[in-house]
Amino acid sequence: MRIAGGQIDRGQSLRFTFDGVGYQGHAGDTLASALLANGVRLMGRSFKYHRPRGVVAAGSEEPNALVELRTGARREPNTRATTAELYDGLVAQSQNRWPSLRFDAMAVNDLLSPFLAAGFYYKTFMWPKAFWEKLYEPIIRRAAGLGRAALEPDPDSYDKGFLHCDLLVIGAGPAGLSAALTAGRAGARVILADEDFTPGGRLNAETFAVGGVAGADWAAASVAELATMPNVRLMARTTVAGAFDHGIYAAVERVSDHLATPLPGKPRQVLWRIYSRRALLCAGALERPIAFANNDRPGVMLAGALRAYANRWAVVPGQRVALFVNNDDGLRTATDLAAQGITVVAVVDVRQGGTLVPGIRHLKGARVVDTAGRLGLSAITVRLANGQRERIACEALGVSGGWNPTVALTSHHRSRPVWEEAIAAFVPGAGGPVGLRVAGAAAGVFSTAAALRSGAQGAVAALGDLGIAARAEVPEAEDGPVAIAPFWQVAGKGRAWVDLQNDVTVKDIALAKQENFTAVEHVKRYTTLGMATDQGKTGNVVGLAVMAELTGKTIPETGTTMYRPPYTPVAMGAFAGRSVGREFRPVRRTPSHYWAREQGAVFVEVGMWMRAQWFPKAGETGWRQSVDREALATRASVGICDVTTLGKIDLQGTDAGGFLDRVYANTFSTLAVGRVRYGLMLREDGMVMDDGTTARMGEDHYVMTTTTANAVAVFRHLEFCRQCLWPELDVQLMSTTEAWAQYSVAGPNARKLLEKLVDQDISDAAFPYMACGHITIGGLRARLFRISFSGELAYEIAVPTRYGDGLIRALMAAGAAFGAVAYGTETLGVLRVEKGHAAGNELNGTTSALALGLGKMVSRKKDAIGVVLAGRAGMAAPDGLRLVGFRPVDAAEPLAAGSHFIAAGKPADAAHDDGYMTSVVYSPHLGHSIGLGLLKSGQDRMGERLRAVNPLKGTAVEVEVVSPHFVDPDGERLRG
Amino acid sequence: MDKMRLQPLTALGGVEPARDVIGAVEIVENAGIALASLATRRGQGSAVAAAARAMGLGLPGPGMVSASAPCAALWLGPDQWMVLAESASHEDLAAVLGTAFGAAASVTEQTGGWVCFDLNGPALSDLFERLCAVDTRAMAAGSGTRSVIDHLGCYVICRAAGQFRVFGPRSSAASLHHALTTAARSIA
Repeated sequence: MRIAGGQIDRGQSLRFTFDGVGYQGHAGDTLASALLANGVRLMGRSFKYHRPRGVVAAGSEEPNALVELRTGARREPNTRATTAELYDGLVAQSQNRWPSLRFDAMAVNDLLSPFLAAGFYYKTFMWPKAFWEKLYEPIIRRAAGLGRAALEPDPDSYDKGFLHCDLLVIGAGPAGLSAALTAGRAGARVILADEDFTPGGRLNAETFAVGGVAGADWAAASVAELATMPNVRLMARTTVAGAFDHGIYAAVERVSDHLATPLPGKPRQVLWRIYSRRALLCAGALERPIAFANNDRPGVMLAGALRAYANRWAVVPGQRVALFVNNDDGLRTATDLAAQGITVVAVVDVRQGGTLVPGIRHLKGARVVDTAGRLGLSAITVRLANGQRERIACEALGVSGGWNPTVALTSHHRSRPVWEEAIAAFVPGAGGPVGLRVAGAAAGVFSTAAALRSGAQGAVAALGDLGIAARAEVPEAEDGPVAIAPFWQVAGKGRAWVDLQNDVTVKDIALAKQENFTAVEHVKRYTTLGMATDQGKTGNVVGLAVMAELTGKTIPETGTTMYRPPYTPVAMGAFAGRSVGREFRPVRRTPSHYWAREQGAVFVEVGMWMRAQWFPKAGETGWRQSVDREALATRASVGICDVTTLGKIDLQGTDAGGFLDRVYANTFSTLAVGRVRYGLMLREDGMVMDDGTTARMGEDHYVMTTTTANAVAVFRHLEFCRQCLWPELDVQLMSTTEAWAQYSVAGPNARKLLEKLVDQDISDAAFPYMACGHITIGGLRARLFRISFSGELAYEIAVPTRYGDGLIRALMAAGAAFGAVAYGTETLGVLRVEKGHAAGNELNGTTSALALGLGKMVSRKKDAIGVVLAGRAGMAAPDGLRLVGFRPVDAAEPLAAGSHFIAAGKPADAAHDDGYMTSVVYSPHLGHSIGLGLLKSGQDRMGERLRAVNPLKGTAVEVEVVSPHFVDPDGERLRG
Repeated sequence: MDKMRLQPLTALGGVEPARDVIGAVEIVENAGIALASLATRRGQGSAVAAAARAMGLGLPGPGMVSASAPCAALWLGPDQWMVLAESASHEDLAAVLGTAFGAAASVTEQTGGWVCFDLNGPALSDLFERLCAVDTRAMAAGSGTRSVIDHLGCYVICRAAGQFRVFGPRSSAASLHHALTTAARSIA
């Protein structure tokens, strides 16, 4: 029901629907206020008992009024109607009901409630055990639940960002505004974040004057002043959700949630990481309810929320309103509503003393003991001080059990709040996040004047730490004391709700106590008190107070559960940011990428690199045809492959050679200038870390290549060695992986092809096997390395990256006369397995040099990383794994990588596992599958026949152990 | 057969550099900058300083870019800089530095390792705060630092008010370009 006044824009009407029924609200409304304005009190069904529920609060702490907002892919479950800003065309649906909100068949659970107490599921659905996962749990989850998530991918985008400030002020109520004004006027870099769309906090909900004007007007004027300060960033619709290390806070800004859809290109939300030098928590306080029988009917609300709806949104849930309070703040609701012309039928006050509210029936020492009304409150039953019962008709009941400072962020680093008797509430304890102060109601400072002062003083103190002078200047305001008589529950027979969202009642807590789950963390798990989307913002303290009463302990002895981020729920999309779908991670393109795309190459992701996997030609219907052609053509004539992705590390300095001797198992200081050597790098534990060739380009200049996968890891390792192990060496490292485009040119015609491009003499005499040098291509500086991964006469040629596209085109053009082919990673694999070169499958972190057949490379003449531990007894065990080759006895049989070797006549079990197949390719050269594998005592088992068993695929192939060098074992092709 | 002249491509794969204008932000691929790394060899600090002075190259401290010409330098790490010059005049910058510094410093060619985007506009900090943790609002002209943009290690340089420059890994030029243009649309 709409009344006069409020801070809504009556000139702007907005249409919306709830459960398919059309309504109208105004700009400035939330969904909750607009529904109340339209006389809708019933907004949802409870989690477990499917009890009719209405809105309870006016902010993000709302436990009840959860809706599915929007439709289709944008449908968001469990959206609080109290924070959903109304926009034209808003569509909301109630949740957890069937078939309709007014008639919910699952409400039968309510009749069964004696059986559905805490722990019911665990006790009842014990047997048979197998039924739990398949039958019981799905049924229970369907019956007790919240909203439905959209099944389609989220169509919206989310940004992530980074902000920096001297002072982060969390919350823009009286304390926060006062702090921001103080710090802003002092010239500090300030961020003021508030979850509401209109900053002001309780000032917008109260009728107090601040500095002689209405509180809301003072808030608006303060915001206007802050907006003129370039050093202040005012962030409305922004929830600071978590406190992290070193003054870092996470904040979610809801950029577009007040619109039907985000504007084109705009994110829905932004997850900010705020780097603050100091922070001031001004998050205010949350009102708590009192537990009494049937205190969950639509129309029963928090007294402060009732007042906020009336003052800010000009709505009341009914014409007749009652209040049930234990403190003076609750009385304000009576005065404010009466001033608005609403009939306050009674103020039920548990206290005997205190001032009466003039002109209103103030029932001292009374209790609300029951309520009535099927889908909404119609009456309350009051037990008067004299013990008489009286039924009072009303449509709304405001309840105030006191206020809890919003301490959540102060506890994110495990600091526990402390109980303050004077205000009967927990206030922030010591040991909160470093650099975080607390001001205003969040610190237990409840009057408006004190909050304004405390905010300003907090800012002055925080800036003082930073050496920024600031002056606290605060306006005059209400400065009333806190008058409260702690009161938690009305003892009685009916069910009295403590946690409305999880349907936890006083009886459930009593049951927890009866079963000895008395520690607060146990109470939470046993009863679900304080779980789910609201995390017990309204119910927790009441719950633990009830437990304290039951156990005869004090509240501080009972303690609180731990608060953890996020303060309010955060959309998963906000955590993902822009890193979704194809943008999950960046892509690296090789220098020949655009050319390869023109050729119709099939690409494969290798780490972040997109590499050509093979190059299909017209008429080829399967990948094998392309790969066989590429491999055969390379061995017959010449093939070209982009090998830019291999890591390139430039090492310079007078000690570069000595440095390499220490990081490689073999020796490099003796390598002649202009020559290349294969290097083997060990980890400290003696296992192989990486391999590659290193070229000596000059007296003090080496260029190391690493495997593609380990490019970064090896560079990091070398930098660690340089900076931490041997800072005395004169060696400088720099990654040049991307600075040079590099191609392998392999095959008997490789030299003839290159001679067409290279300006220098590269004859075998001038540029023998394992030579390297600076050359030019049409005058352009380039590098040439005569190295081979394929076993063929081969070179790698490199030019500055921007010429890489030009070079692949030039190579292919020059190779046309020889039928040159481009080949991809598949053919690369075929060629290297045919040649018996170990690669990533074999360098898998569990293999030693000896196992890979490279034992002789580990030099004993010098010390190097890994050499000592490579000499451990176990590493050289004669029955250790050794790299060998395999071919199927029946050439028609395909092999499978990952198969395990079982000796002939032995059972295929773990006890008889003799090793495993690491790499398998089809060799077009040999006309059958070939494999590399690690076999126990492999060096002594040449010619032996084994079974290669693959239990996953259900295959077992008879294989023969052979040399891993299938092609040109003597290496004649490489030379000459 | 005549030796071919190889044609260079820009990092984004074009013959001409890309240019985007989104709202008030202009993002221009700059393919005209030559880069080379320069690292002082052990004990050669004064020789490097002298050689730098001789060629008019300022070698700045942490977080800074020198304003010298024709070559300027960005601090990379202790005794380590990235030297920048116009490629029109210094196409083989590494060779120039190699001659100037001799055995006092280690030099590598880096031109091909990086993509460079020049960003112009009045509200670039709004853009950068959606991209990286660098506090660009506090950056003065001539400062530059390493950061991460969409998982990519980049250098962010403030050239003047309203003029920033980003160097990122060349192989991921398209991903970086996507990140920059996406952020520009977010704030447009």
